[in-house]
Amino acid sequence: VARRYIVTAMVFLALGGILGLAIRLQLARPESGLISADRYNQIFTVHGTTMMFLFAVPVMEAMAIYLLPLMLGTRAVAFPRLNAFSYWVYLSGGVLLWVDFVLNVGPEAGWFSYVPLSGPEYSPGKRTDIWAQMVTFTEVAALAVAVELVATILKLRAPGMTLARMPVFAWAMLVVALMVIFSMPAVAMASGMLLSDRMVGTHFFNQQEYGDALLWQHMFWFFGHPEVYIIFLPGAAFVSEITQTFSRRPIFGYSAVVLSLVATGLLAFGLWVHHMFATGLPRIGYSFYTAASMTVAIPTGVQLFCWIATMWDGRPRFQVPLIWVAGFVVTFVIGGLTGVMLASVPLDLQLHDSYFVVAHFHYVLVGGAVFPLLGAIHYWFPKMTGRMMSEGLGKLAFGLVFLGFHAAFFPMHVSGILGMPRRVYTYPENMGWDTPNMIASIGAFVFALGVLVYVANALISLKRGALAGDNPWDAPGFEWATSSPPPSYNFPHIPVSTGRTPLWEHRGELPVMTGLRVDDREMLLTTVIEARPDLREPVPEPTLWPFISAVALAVVLICSMFTPWAVLLGTPPVAAALIAWFWPKEPQIEPEPVIE
Amino acid sequence: MMLQPRFTGDLSSLHTHAFGHRSLTWWGVIAFFMIEGTAFAMGAVAYFFVMNLDQSWPPPDVPLPGLLAGALFTVVLLASEIPNTMLKRAAEKGELRRVRTLILLLGAVGTLLLAIRVFEFASLNVWWSDNAYGSVQWALLFLHTLHIATDWADTIVLAGLMHTRHGQEGRRFVDVAENAMYWRFVWLCWIPFYLMIYWLPRWVP
Repeated sequence: VARRYIVTAMVFLALGGILGLAIRLQLARPESGLISADRYNQIFTVHGTTMMFLFAVPVMEAMAIYLLPLMLGTRAVAFPRLNAFSYWVYLSGGVLLWVDFVLNVGPEAGWFSYVPLSGPEYSPGKRTDIWAQMVTFTEVAALAVAVELVATILKLRAPGMTLARMPVFAWAMLVVALMVIFSMPAVAMASGMLLSDRMVGTHFFNQQEYGDALLWQHMFWFFGHPEVYIIFLPGAAFVSEITQTFSRRPIFGYSAVVLSLVATGLLAFGLWVHHMFATGLPRIGYSFYTAASMTVAIPTGVQLFCWIATMWDGRPRFQVPLIWVAGFVVTFVIGGLTGVMLASVPLDLQLHDSYFVVAHFHYVLVGGAVFPLLGAIHYWFPKMTGRMMSEGLGKLAFGLVFLGFHAAFFPMHVSGILGMPRRVYTYPENMGWDTPNMIASIGAFVFALGVLVYVANALISLKRGALAGDNPWDAPGFEWATSSPPPSYNFPHIPVSTGRTPLWEHRGELPVMTGLRVDDREMLLTTVIEARPDLREPVPEPTLWPFISAVALAVVLICSMFTPWAVLLGTPPVAAALIAWFWPKEPQIEPEPVIE
Repeated sequence: MMLQPRFTGDLSSLHTHAFGHRSLTWWGVIAFFMIEGTAFAMGAVAYFFVMNLDQSWPPPDVPLPGLLAGALFTVVLLASEIPNTMLKRAAEKGELRRVRTLILLLGAVGTLLLAIRVFEFASLNVWWSDNAYGSVQWALLFLHTLHIATDWADTIVLAGLMHTRHGQEGRRFVDVAENAMYWRFVWLCWIPFYLMIYWLPRWVP
């Protein structure tokens, strides 16, 4: 399921990327008539929505579902059937959005669908309903995965892997999963309220009946800002893992790195209002949210210095994953600095909704999450497929992506400062915006070419790459202690952790424990903090019911865009499918075999 | 290079189920508490946000909600904690017969509560489409009804399960105990909602 999830998310990345290219094609020249205004609105909305909801969050969670059981030394993720359910719900949401976009009824009110623009008065038809329901799909899917991740990280770790010995990636995903749990209900509630305003005539956001449009912005950004760190923290953790392996020394300042992750997670909930500086706030609000927005740069700075120290003190090997890390550092620092600039209210009021902001968030999101992700896929590709990706093509892809990215997005700082607003489908000549836009468009195509080389590299390597062996990078984590690709049970014996970098501590041998059933699927539960062996837990067999439940839910959600009665009529089939899912199969009455 | 396994311990003597935070189910349930709790908190945020903007609460010429159905619901819900605690203890001790009786009783209580809930909607004295006040009142009551209905359905399924031979398995007792814990969360969430729906419109000028 995890690999299917990753591939699906990458397909959505490609689709979203194509839309990005369409935007750049349109904006390359002033007064271009390539794309109509309405089509353009749909394109940027679907581009943003796809990238945030269908690519970034799912791909990070999917990497975690794949990697965490291996890193933590266990047989499977907790609640594997929930995982299957989540995948099908996610896929339905993505297909819903894209089918409607192709039919020219894609949503057009921006990825945040502000009311009143998205309300019943200004967005007639089904477009915003599709957006809001797509949000419901992806939130259900993301929350399901978050529950699995929390349970997996806290209960399924290998014996001896105390919280203080957990890989940085596991820490990051624990923080991310908790952030998902505390932020996504906000947007699910908000989109539910928007739907009910549009479908059954409630007045949550209707100024005339004492509702308020700003309620939408608060609820959306209470999710929307943590979302950014939900995307960035896994990226930061990829960087920690890659830096450690390729510097050939344990990560410098493990505690500082982990505390930074936790601090970022906490602070992320305290700065959503900086998206709303232009709406008018009390003075104390301006000061507080400016301070909070600047503070969040500190933990990230701490991590940066820890990575630099790790490389400084280690013996770095500049292979492709570490090169991606280097590209990440450069790009992300630039994005972080423009972020601190935007945190100051006067500057923000000036640059609000300009291309400067577009440049800023592409630097932090692409630089902070996509670069590490591409590095991480190159790094774990041998584990997933058993074959290495080519170093030469990898370097070429990095070069093109890095240059193309900066050529595409750096000029946007300039056009933004020169006053070019976001979300315009065209602009007049002689505003001084022609050159930066042309450069940006050329850069975007170089960027896309780099991504193509990367994909080609992956496909060629899948067929003809060098065989990897168990641990091609001489890395320290448990995921490298099993064969590549790993068997369905991950490990023949449950490994025992003796430190933060277990494979570097016992060269050539692996401490393990035996005693799980060999005739049935079983995994080991350990205690939350100390990871002492506690219980043997049967792993549920795969069934079709999560898929049927997901389909039933999808049918209900899609029909409910047309009539609220679908919710009432559709609930019994969903409930029936869920009950069939939970009904236990034949109890095991045969005694356990005893091995003498 | 294959790593040589070095055996350091044996796990075959471990149990296959336990109650409370040792079980995986418990952690799943806790995670769902956090999700639902956040959703409820967001409902409350919307309520107070709208209340803060209104000149009066409820808006002029909207009658106050009637008290009878809500009070009845609250009394029955709080009283149901007594059989619920008995059920949880019986499950933890593995007393199948007591579990079978009590879980049926709780299923019946859930049915009664859902019936009273219908009258609660009628006694709000406002439609969701009248104004934002009506919208949030209905939203809170609707959210909590979902909560009650989910746990009611879960209880009914478990009750059926406990009356088959699956009921003899240790892991099923864990399920019953976790379901009882969930019921506590249901009534805990109701207390602030009850005050917000029925009493804040009376207290706030």
